Amino acid sequence: MTAAARRATITAPSPQGAIGGFLRAVYIVWWRDVIRYGRDRVRLAASLAQPLLYLVIFGSGLSASLGAGFAGASGMSYTQFMYPGIISMAILFTSIFAAMGIVWDREFGFLKELLVAPIERSAIAVGKALGGATQAIFQGAILLVLAPLVGVSLTVTSALLLLGFMAALAFGLSAMGVAIAARMRSMQGFQMVMNFLMMPMFFLSGALFPLVGLPGWMTVLTRLDPASYGIDPIRRTLLGEPAERLALTIGDQPVPILAEVGVMLVFGIVMLAIAARSFQQRD
Amino acid sequence: MGSTSLAVGRGEVFGFLGPNGAGKTTTISILCTLVRKTAGEAYVAGTEVDRDPSEVRRRIGLVFQDPSLDDQLTARENLELHGQIYGVPSALRKQRIDELLQVVELADRASSQVRTFSGGMKRRLEIARGVLHHPQVLFLDEPTLGLDPQTRKHIWSYLQDVRKREGITLFMTTHYMDEAEFCDRIAIIDHGKIVALGSPSELKAKVGGDVVTVTTGDSRATAMEIAERFGMTALVDNGSLRIEVPDGAAFLPRLVRELTVPVQTVALSRPSLDDVFLKLTGHAIRSEGSDFDKAMMRNMGRIMGRGPRR
Repeated sequence: MTAAARRATITAPSPQGAIGGFLRAVYIVWWRDVIRYGRDRVRLAASLAQPLLYLVIFGSGLSASLGAGFAGASGMSYTQFMYPGIISMAILFTSIFAAMGIVWDREFGFLKELLVAPIERSAIAVGKALGGATQAIFQGAILLVLAPLVGVSLTVTSALLLLGFMAALAFGLSAMGVAIAARMRSMQGFQMVMNFLMMPMFFLSGALFPLVGLPGWMTVLTRLDPASYGIDPIRRTLLGEPAERLALTIGDQPVPILAEVGVMLVFGIVMLAIAARSFQQRD
Repeated sequence: MGSTSLAVGRGEVFGFLGPNGAGKTTTISILCTLVRKTAGEAYVAGTEVDRDPSEVRRRIGLVFQDPSLDDQLTARENLELHGQIYGVPSALRKQRIDELLQVVELADRASSQVRTFSGGMKRRLEIARGVLHHPQVLFLDEPTLGLDPQTRKHIWSYLQDVRKREGITLFMTTHYMDEAEFCDRIAIIDHGKIVALGSPSELKAKVGGDVVTVTTGDSRATAMEIAERFGMTALVDNGSLRIEVPDGAAFLPRLVRELTVPVQTVALSRPSLDDVFLKLTGHAIRSEGSDFDKAMMRNMGRIMGRGPRR
C-alpha cells in the first residue's frame, strides 16, 4: 500500500462511529494506566505497606489502650473495626495518587500527546478516572485477603459485594481526583491536596472511629464527606451485625446501603462531568 | 503575535526561524489546535483550525519541543498507543510500527522502556510516532533542541528520509541557522511578525551576494585587471583581494580562468543566515532574557554544549 492509500484508510471515518471512537479512547487511556501500574513495583509495595503499618501498629496500639471497653460496647475488636477503614484508606490514597498522574503527565509532556490527538477530550477524563479506580480496587482487593488475620470471615457473596462497594468508592474518589488534577498546573499543589483534602477526608470518613456521638459540627462534616458513604457499606458487609449498630445515620435513621452506594455513584458522575468539562476547555 | 500571513505548499519543508519569544511556538500551537487564535484564519490541510479541530488533528503529526513520550512504556508500546489513538487499523499498525522502527534505527531497542533512551533516541522515536498515522503535515517545534551537533545531523537525515518516503509537508521552527538551511523556504520571524520570507539562498541574496577572496603575487595589477575585465571593484584587504559578487559559484571559475595574473589562493564565502537575520532585524538571534531561564532549565545540555548562540 502506498502512503496515500494508507492515509485514506486511516483518516476514513471510524466504522464504529462517534461512540465507538469515544470508548476506544477511554480504553487506551485506561490501558496505559494499568500497564504503568503493573510496572511500578515500588509504588505498589509502598502503597500496600502504609495501610499495613496503620493496621498493625495503630490498630494494635489503640486496641490495647481502648481495651475491653470498645469491644464490649461494639461487639468487635478495634482492629476489626479499623480494618475496613484501612481498606478504604488504601482506596482513597491510590485513587487520588493515580489521578495526580495527570499533573505529572502535564509536567512531563505526555498529556500533550493526548490533547492533540483526534479524540474527545472528555474520554481522557473518563479513561483516567477508570484507570485510577482499577488500581484502587486492585489495592483494596489485596488487603481483603488479610481478612482471616483480623478474624473476619468472607464468603463468595460477601467478597463480590465488597468488590462492588469498593468499586463505587474507588470510582467516586478517582473522578474527584481527576476533577482536581485537571485544573492543577504543577505538582506543587499536590501537598495542598494532601493536607487539606485527602487527610481531612480520611479522618472524617469513619475509617478510624465510629461516626456516632460526635459534636454537632463534626457530625455535619462527616456526613458531607463523600468517603463516609463509601466506607460504611464496606464495613457493614465485612463485620455484619456489630457494624450495623454503628452504621452511618442521618437524623437518627441509619442510611440504607443502597442509598450510600447511590450517593457515591452520583458524586462520581458529577465529579467526572466537572473533570470532562475542564479537559474540553482549551488553554 | 502581530499580523502574519503566509501559505505553505504541499510537500514543502518550511522553516520558522527566529529567536525565543518571537512567536514560533505560539504559531505552531495555533496550527495544531492546542491554542485558540485571537483573530484571523488558519487552514491546515484544507481545514480551518478552530472550525474543525479534530479533523485537523487527524491530519497532522507533531514533534514537540519537549519530549512527550511515556517513559515507563517501551518504544513499541508508545507507538502502539499512538496508533490506537489515531485509529490506525491493527494489521496496518503492526506493519507500520516495524517499518518506522527500522527507519529511525530503534528496532533493536523496541522492547526497552523509553526512560533508558538518550535524548537523540527519544527524539527519533518521537519523529517515528509523529508520522505513524500518515499525517499530511508534520509539525516540528525545535526538533533538535538540546541535541549535540552530530545527533542533530542524524535527526535531519531521518527527517529527509521520512519526508521522501511519505511525501509529507514539514513545518518546523528553529533558532539554529544551520538547520534552517535544510528548508525549502524560511520565514524569519521577530516580535511576532514575519520580516522575510523566501528560500535560504534568496534570503542570503538580500545581504548583497557572496564574497570571493583572491591572493596573487601582485594585488594592484590584479585589482586593475578585475576592474577592466569584469567591471567590479576589488578591495585590497590584508594582502588579498575581496570581491562582492551576486553569485559566487558562477563567478569563481570565470575569475580563475580569465585572470592573466597567476592565482595563489582563492576562496568563496557565502553570507550566512546569521548575516541575514542581523541585517533584517538589527540584532543577532539569541535567547531573550525572559525565555532564557526557561530554556536553560529545559536544557542545560544545550547551554553547556554550545554556549549561548549569538
